[in-house]
Amino acid sequence: MKATGRVHKYGDHIDTDAIIAARYLSTTDPIELAGHCMQDIDAEFVERVEPGDIIVAGENFGCGSSREHAPIAIKAAGVSAVIARNFARIFYRNALNIGLPIIECPEAAEAINAGDEVTVDTDEGTIVDHTTGEEFSFQPLTGVAAELVEAGGLVPMVQERLGTR
Amino acid sequence: MTITEKLLARAAGRDEVTPGEFVSCRLDLVLANDITAPIAIDEFRRMGAEKVFDPARIALVCDHATPNRDINAATQTKKVRDFAREMGVANYWEADQGGIEHIILPDKGLVIPGDVVIGADSHTCTYGALGAFATGVGSTDAAAGMALGECWFRVPETIEVVYTGELQPWVSAKDLILKLIGEIGVAGARYRSLEFKGEVIDNLGMAGRFTICNMAIEAGAKNGVIAPDETTLSWIEGRTDREPVVLASDDDASYVRTVEIDCSALEPQVAFPHLPENTRGVSEVGDVPIDQVVIGACTNGRLEDLCAAAKVLEGRHVADGVRCIVIPGSHEIHLQATREGLVELFLESGCLVSTPTCGPCLGMHMGVLAEGERAIATTNRNFVGRMGHPKSEVYLASPVVAAASAVAGRIAGPEDL
Repeated sequence: MKATGRVHKYGDHIDTDAIIAARYLSTTDPIELAGHCMQDIDAEFVERVEPGDIIVAGENFGCGSSREHAPIAIKAAGVSAVIARNFARIFYRNALNIGLPIIECPEAAEAINAGDEVTVDTDEGTIVDHTTGEEFSFQPLTGVAAELVEAGGLVPMVQERLGTR
Repeated sequence: MTITEKLLARAAGRDEVTPGEFVSCRLDLVLANDITAPIAIDEFRRMGAEKVFDPARIALVCDHATPNRDINAATQTKKVRDFAREMGVANYWEADQGGIEHIILPDKGLVIPGDVVIGADSHTCTYGALGAFATGVGSTDAAAGMALGECWFRVPETIEVVYTGELQPWVSAKDLILKLIGEIGVAGARYRSLEFKGEVIDNLGMAGRFTICNMAIEAGAKNGVIAPDETTLSWIEGRTDREPVVLASDDDASYVRTVEIDCSALEPQVAFPHLPENTRGVSEVGDVPIDQVVIGACTNGRLEDLCAAAKVLEGRHVADGVRCIVIPGSHEIHLQATREGLVELFLESGCLVSTPTCGPCLGMHMGVLAEGERAIATTNRNFVGRMGHPKSEVYLASPVVAAASAVAGRIAGPEDL
């Protein structure tokens, strides 16, 4: 996967209530969820975000609730990837399961600024900040995580097991 | 091996496992609720699954927006109910059988020592109190679990938490876990297991143990666990026909870190907005007036919690202008609290008593905060906007501190009254 977009930058411990508040969870419609993405900490995000944009954040991104609505809202808002220092584990699993690219890269998470234009290449394991000219590399996924991305998420993987593909 | 490694090894059909490796485990129970099950059901269908792996090992609990707060919530609940009926899911309950998932599942004997459980709710880690491996997952993982009866895990490293000394009056399990989160931070146990032990844990009843394990996720942990003992085994007696598998960490088990907490000098804790790690002793809180108090949730909605709050409220009255909402964690607890006179005591002291629901904990309904309003709650999270408006505030504390604060109209401990 290769994607280019402008960066929306956030701090540490961005919780799933911030990504999508519980009051909006009485729906499973991705577009409706996307309409409230990041609302409580960044009310203008939904207005600002363009297809392909990238979220960059600090430590423990996606902490808190198990709501899959969080990565679904981010993906449906058009975000192509989330780069963070690291991720909370349930969010990490959920993102892999639904095919939202997530990248752990502390150096990039630190250095990239809000508004920078950035290209992420998950096959090469590289991040290029076109605004500053800086380049970063990250470790490709291994184990089940790599298999999930390869398969296109958990649903096709289970279809394979059930023989329903 | 640690107890967590043994639990995962057993469910993976292995003699041993080591932290960092990936294992596929058979599941004893798969849980989802009215928020997470609707997506899980859609994904289950997309997977092409036609039946659940075992209708007796699925639990679908509608507790977050119930009693249904609006048409959308009612539609989601109906979707879960229809799916439960279609699949013959044994563990779906209405009204008088129901309550908050993490309270009723153990109460009904659906989780016992040795089990491996996933739930599409982050507080699924609660069941570690029974010596089970239990962890929160998202809806798609829950869907795969329902279809296959299996889930993959990365075996976590374990942090050992040893509570020593003797608890002071008014100090309870909630204070023990808040103190830990304050020490190690909300990412302090990220991807790791928290194993709670020590004389204080040994002397703790099951209600307190559930409270501690419930908040393991607030330190980022994959699971929280307490090795089963006599307290555990006598608690499950009469609740299940299944045979518990009692495991414990080996003496030479390897821990990535040991945290010791001396409880002799520990006072009741309060977590300030907007992270559970912002803890202080109640004596260091200062002047913090409140608009609302919530006593309940999967953290502190058990009968023991209501009794503790009642002890503080007895003969006293909630301060003018404060709304104190008491939420028994299940219909059964509500009934017991009524029989024991607690409900009358709450009502006479000026509290509101709600039917069981997660409601206000996540700002869903039954006590949502307006801009600028402030609540103290026995819930588990105080993120921005958690109980309502993004400019409202939630302080976390134990039932006795919440009750004392209701009386004082500001954050206070029972000794301040």
